[in-house]
Amino acid sequence: MDLLRLATAGSVDDGKSTLIGRLLYESGSVPKDKLAAIEAASRRRGAEGLDLSLLTDGLIAEREQGITIDVAHVYFATPTRRYIIADTPGHVEYTRNMVTGASTASVSVILIDARNGLLEQTHRHYYISALLRIPTVVVAINKMDLVDYSQTRFDEIAAAFRAMAAPVQPAGQTLRIMPVSSLHGENITRRSAHLDWYDGPTLLEVLETADAHQRSTLPGRLQIQRVLRPRNEGALDIRSYAGRIASGTFRVGDAVTVLPGGRQTRISALAHLGTPVEAAEAGQSVSVDFVDDVDVGRGSLVVPTPPEGRVGTTGPTSSLLPDGEGEGRTGRPGPAQLPSARQQLDATVCWLDEQPLRLGRVYLVQHGVQRVRAKVTAITGLVDVSTLQIGAPPDTLQLNQLATVSLKLAEPVVVDAYEENPPNGAFIVVDADTSATAAVGFVAADRPAADDDF
Amino acid sequence: MRVTSVSTFPTELADEAVYILRETAAQFERPAILFSGGKDSIVVTHLAVRAFAPAPVPFPLLHVDTGHNFVETIAYRDWLVSSWNLDLQVRYVQDSIDRGRAQEERGKYASRNILQTVTLLDAIEELRLDACIGGARRDEEKARAKERIFSVRDEFGQWDARRQRPELFDMLNGRIAPGQNVRVFPISNWTELDVWEYIREQNIPLPSIYFSHERDVFDRDGLLWADSPYINKTPDEQPYRAHVRFRTVGDMTCTAAVSSRATTLDDVIGEIASSEISERGARIDDKRSEAAMEQRKREGYF
Repeated sequence: MDLLRLATAGSVDDGKSTLIGRLLYESGSVPKDKLAAIEAASRRRGAEGLDLSLLTDGLIAEREQGITIDVAHVYFATPTRRYIIADTPGHVEYTRNMVTGASTASVSVILIDARNGLLEQTHRHYYISALLRIPTVVVAINKMDLVDYSQTRFDEIAAAFRAMAAPVQPAGQTLRIMPVSSLHGENITRRSAHLDWYDGPTLLEVLETADAHQRSTLPGRLQIQRVLRPRNEGALDIRSYAGRIASGTFRVGDAVTVLPGGRQTRISALAHLGTPVEAAEAGQSVSVDFVDDVDVGRGSLVVPTPPEGRVGTTGPTSSLLPDGEGEGRTGRPGPAQLPSARQQLDATVCWLDEQPLRLGRVYLVQHGVQRVRAKVTAITGLVDVSTLQIGAPPDTLQLNQLATVSLKLAEPVVVDAYEENPPNGAFIVVDADTSATAAVGFVAADRPAADDDF
Repeated sequence: MRVTSVSTFPTELADEAVYILRETAAQFERPAILFSGGKDSIVVTHLAVRAFAPAPVPFPLLHVDTGHNFVETIAYRDWLVSSWNLDLQVRYVQDSIDRGRAQEERGKYASRNILQTVTLLDAIEELRLDACIGGARRDEEKARAKERIFSVRDEFGQWDARRQRPELFDMLNGRIAPGQNVRVFPISNWTELDVWEYIREQNIPLPSIYFSHERDVFDRDGLLWADSPYINKTPDEQPYRAHVRFRTVGDMTCTAAVSSRATTLDDVIGEIASSEISERGARIDDKRSEAAMEQRKREGYF
């Protein structure tokens, strides 16, 4: 059975916890003892009926404040699919958590209170969903019961949302806007007579049919985690190389190139979780043997060898920032192309640490499993997450701020532009002193002139 | 509820766990698997064998022994270690008590469950472990739902929910300062049913107490307690013979049985899929208060 990861986002009062509680409750995923505990707690708090939001509100601190403060993981299942929800808060100061929760998601669910319409957070949530190129975005216009199930109100909000999204929506991203009432369970898993003017799918129907395997159709990328040597190594030095396929599909017999270095060989054997297989795809943990004795170590990237005459980088493209120009070019598997080994990168970063970014200071850039020393050489623009405009670059970057930056690395990393191949186009920035995860970055497309001063 | 005659286990969860175990081996100098003999730590150990095959598992198992074990668990542990060719380290809560590092609890609910933390922290220091791999799952309990895959602890083993490192995509940051260590949770995203279905799919033997057997039990607080010399019974708590099995296997003083006739994995999975009681409902240690788990985690509990 496959697994779908979704991220939920919404501001404190949008009823996000209630919506998740509703999905759990109606899919039969709440055990009786948990339900009894929630009934008791609902009564203690004087809630009317069953307060389903209590299913996901976890920590002591947030119970005191009555809000969600971190990314919480919630699990449920239907006969079709297994689900993991990364529930992330919508508070202004928690952009960092939203980016974190959204990073693994195939579907992003954004809640809007029908009474309030689009808020600043709505822009932020959608911008992050666009930046991360989440394949499906569901906009649940909630609390329809409190606006008399008005189609006019729904249409108004839906139009405003589409207008806001249009300039930044990545090509290939599915946008679903739907009216719901999570409190009354309307259009979550069941349709509602109150919303008979809406003929689209319910929330659950969208989740059940969303594509969870889009990474397998991208060009192949396998980063090596570890060299495996059998215990009783004889005269022959037999090695397998372990890693998790980031994108694409690899088969026994495939011609592959190991980067950096560019040595070419063929795959002689593949094992998925220790069992020999003929082919393996994105997401699978494999070990791979090569025909030739090639120099492969932790961090090496195995990619399909491009056909003759196609050797080159991904070529000049525009900035990663969604700006409209990218439409039509992205979201498709390109021809087999080599990603480039780069010591200078332009990227969009989201700062995640309480200690602000300091230009020129040494950080560590971690791309997959490879960590290299790096400096941020310039902040080139500040992204206003609410208006989606790029403003004048600041001197520093604070927690929750997004910006375009230039980085210089001590050693090359073999990356794709995030828009071309998301699993091989993201990195984190680690503070060299505190070891905190200070930022996440999304690699911009290579600029032809960027490499000449290195 | 789900139909479970066919396995619903998402293989992706095993891929993720193997990836995490390989990262643990690569990013740390001295990791260990915290092995309790429970099904979750058995599954983690099985995944470690697969992650590094044909090479051996590059780290030992550490068992913190409360002395209040089910005999079946210890017999199983020793069998597993020899047949899977693993390295086992055992540290005893009794030693911590004898050295005055920990004090035995008193009264009806006396348990060594909390004392394990002292022995564990001492073992981490003694063996200079920088990563302890555990079988905890986010679906077990609300405070666990916010736990990271690489969860950094200070030198007192403390967990601070507000200062956790964000984990983005599948990139794991295991860089730590001296004195810090990391708790690693490779099966964070598994549910109880996933664990059982994986055990069935991989045909992994389990300690016999996971299946229905006859045992002397008594009723307390609406749960079935296994009778043993380690539990202080009140006069009205009279043991009787019953068919039971255990859903989790911890210390004998903190693991309640459930009435069951399930003698095979299929039976057990059938019972779990239709169960109306969540797994930790049978853990006495969580019943102490609504926020019991979060409190224990702050203090260094696994």
